Amino acid sequence: MLRLSGAELTIRLLENQGVTCIAGIPGGFNLPLYDALGRSGKIRHVLARHEQGAGFMAQGMARVSGRPGVLFATSGPGATNTLTALADARMDSVPLVCITGQVPQSMIGTDAFQEVDIYGMSIPATKHNFLVRSPEELPKVIAEAFSIAVSDRPGPVLVDIPRDVQVAAAGVDCLPEPGKASPMPEPDSAALSRAAELLNAAERPLLLIGGGTSSPQAAAAVLEFIEQQHIPAVMSLQGLGVVPHGHEMAVGMLGMHGARASNMLVEECDVLVVVGARLGDRATGRLDSFCPKSGLIHIDIDASEVGKLRMPQVGLTADATQALRLLMPLLQPRRRDCWLDRVADCKVTHGLRFDREDDILSPYGIIRHVADLLTDEAVIATDVGQHQMRVAQAYPMSRPRQWLTSGGLGTMGFGLPAAIGAALELRGGTAVCFTGDGSLLMNIQEMATAAETGANVKIILCNNNGLGLVQQQQDLFFDGRITCSAYTTRTDFVQIAKGFGLPAARLNTEKDPQRVLKEFLAKPGPCLIEVQVRAEDKVFPMVPPGAANSQMIEGSPL
Amino acid sequence: MNSSIKNALTMLRLSVNNHPGVMSHICGLFAGRAYNLEGILVTPEAGGATCRMWLVVKDDGRMDQIIKQVSKLHDVLDVRVGQAEPAVFSKLAGCLEH
Repeated sequence: MLRLSGAELTIRLLENQGVTCIAGIPGGFNLPLYDALGRSGKIRHVLARHEQGAGFMAQGMARVSGRPGVLFATSGPGATNTLTALADARMDSVPLVCITGQVPQSMIGTDAFQEVDIYGMSIPATKHNFLVRSPEELPKVIAEAFSIAVSDRPGPVLVDIPRDVQVAAAGVDCLPEPGKASPMPEPDSAALSRAAELLNAAERPLLLIGGGTSSPQAAAAVLEFIEQQHIPAVMSLQGLGVVPHGHEMAVGMLGMHGARASNMLVEECDVLVVVGARLGDRATGRLDSFCPKSGLIHIDIDASEVGKLRMPQVGLTADATQALRLLMPLLQPRRRDCWLDRVADCKVTHGLRFDREDDILSPYGIIRHVADLLTDEAVIATDVGQHQMRVAQAYPMSRPRQWLTSGGLGTMGFGLPAAIGAALELRGGTAVCFTGDGSLLMNIQEMATAAETGANVKIILCNNNGLGLVQQQQDLFFDGRITCSAYTTRTDFVQIAKGFGLPAARLNTEKDPQRVLKEFLAKPGPCLIEVQVRAEDKVFPMVPPGAANSQMIEGSPL
Repeated sequence: MNSSIKNALTMLRLSVNNHPGVMSHICGLFAGRAYNLEGILVTPEAGGATCRMWLVVKDDGRMDQIIKQVSKLHDVLDVRVGQAEPAVFSKLAGCLEH
């Protein structure tokens, strides 16, 4: 029998799960865990500068690998600082295991130093959570935490471990089987037949694919499905990259800043097959005007998503890969030429066009130039704002897990730490973080982590000296009153980046910006490249909040 | 309780794990999803390893979604609808008046 402390046992269990990297910050109430981690030798630790940063680094690792990202935080403020990253992971279905230290059980409830009820606070932000009461519980709890994080619809799990549990001795006979994903539910065969019937009768079928198809297996199934059945696909924000950019059957992103073509075709289709998308309001616009004439087939691993916002004709609680693979043989292969012609025509007439794409110093131009210099291997992360929507519109995403963005929660500050996590997971591969000045300021301290780890993160900062997307809404919907959303001082990000130890350049003042961009992207390690843009340049098209997708506002003609 | 409201009430019978925090998970889910809990009664079962939980909720057409959301909770082992003995709550109301 092994005699271990609760902390040593926890680290053994994490090793047993195959964890190789943990992001986090030590503090008084997780020091035993850190002491054990320091003696592990198998797990790398990345010292973040803020627990929210650690949470997004773990997300970056999880989003590119599909395996749970792991983060450590101490009790109290350390634990509360993880909440935004946990809530973000919950909204976008990212598997995380967050292990927090807690004050000793004898002090729980006494308002002890750095005590907070993180168990209670994290209930709505996590898929599930645990408060461990004895070291003997650890094997079961850790295995369950990993299993819950990756099973069915993935999500974040928090494990709160009081300090006395960390230091207490535990006798363990052997380590348990690592927690892994539980088997997926079998799709209902009657529902599959009804879905096939609906699709076989359809004249204008369309697929809407979301983040639930972002595993390589699901993406392969989607691709096979649309190619074999000649059914075009629109994507939600999280579905980008599942079908490679430019694919004949790919229409583009739908929703608030999507392509008008996508929103029009959703309205014109007679059957919409929603796969792994939750019909969020940014994608559907006003729900009662969303594909009003079409039949709906909704495939989702989360039973509660089926019928949550829109009752489908056929609901399938199933893994996307399996559902699509079982559906294919039930369908009569046919080309609906009339519909495909309409789709092709609509893409040409109402597809996205990007302003000043050739100009490297313009908002879309910088995206184009970065994309031209990189291969599909590069991971593309964004923060939240105008730059995010432009990257979603214009970057030629070509594979699943290439694209990391905070969709559901829309968290400014996501980009830099997520890109660091991705770069570390890729062991040197390039991770680009497109960001804005507002977003970058929210987790700018992680530049120190980037410098320390040498993570191959390229920060592309589109600096408009304000909150661009807020100003856009104020300009369009609040009579142009730009209230509290423009910064009155200019921050020198190039100097700040250099202060953190990152090479940095302001492309606007470079004689040959193309050459500088190329050099910076080619050189390993972190760097910052700034482009000055104007907050007045809006992201179009746009559906006003609360309006129907058919009411898209276009920008001025190019 | 007038009859029209009474008719719109539905009982949910859950079987849940019995440890601190389970009630918070369930009540938090109802509050967070903007469903109201009209009544709640919990008694231990299976020697205290699990609890039987009776929930009274207004059936305003969202019952299917409520059940799906509750079923997703890790500590919820079983959900049944309308299996309750409505008398449970009537008797309880009598006790609470004293």
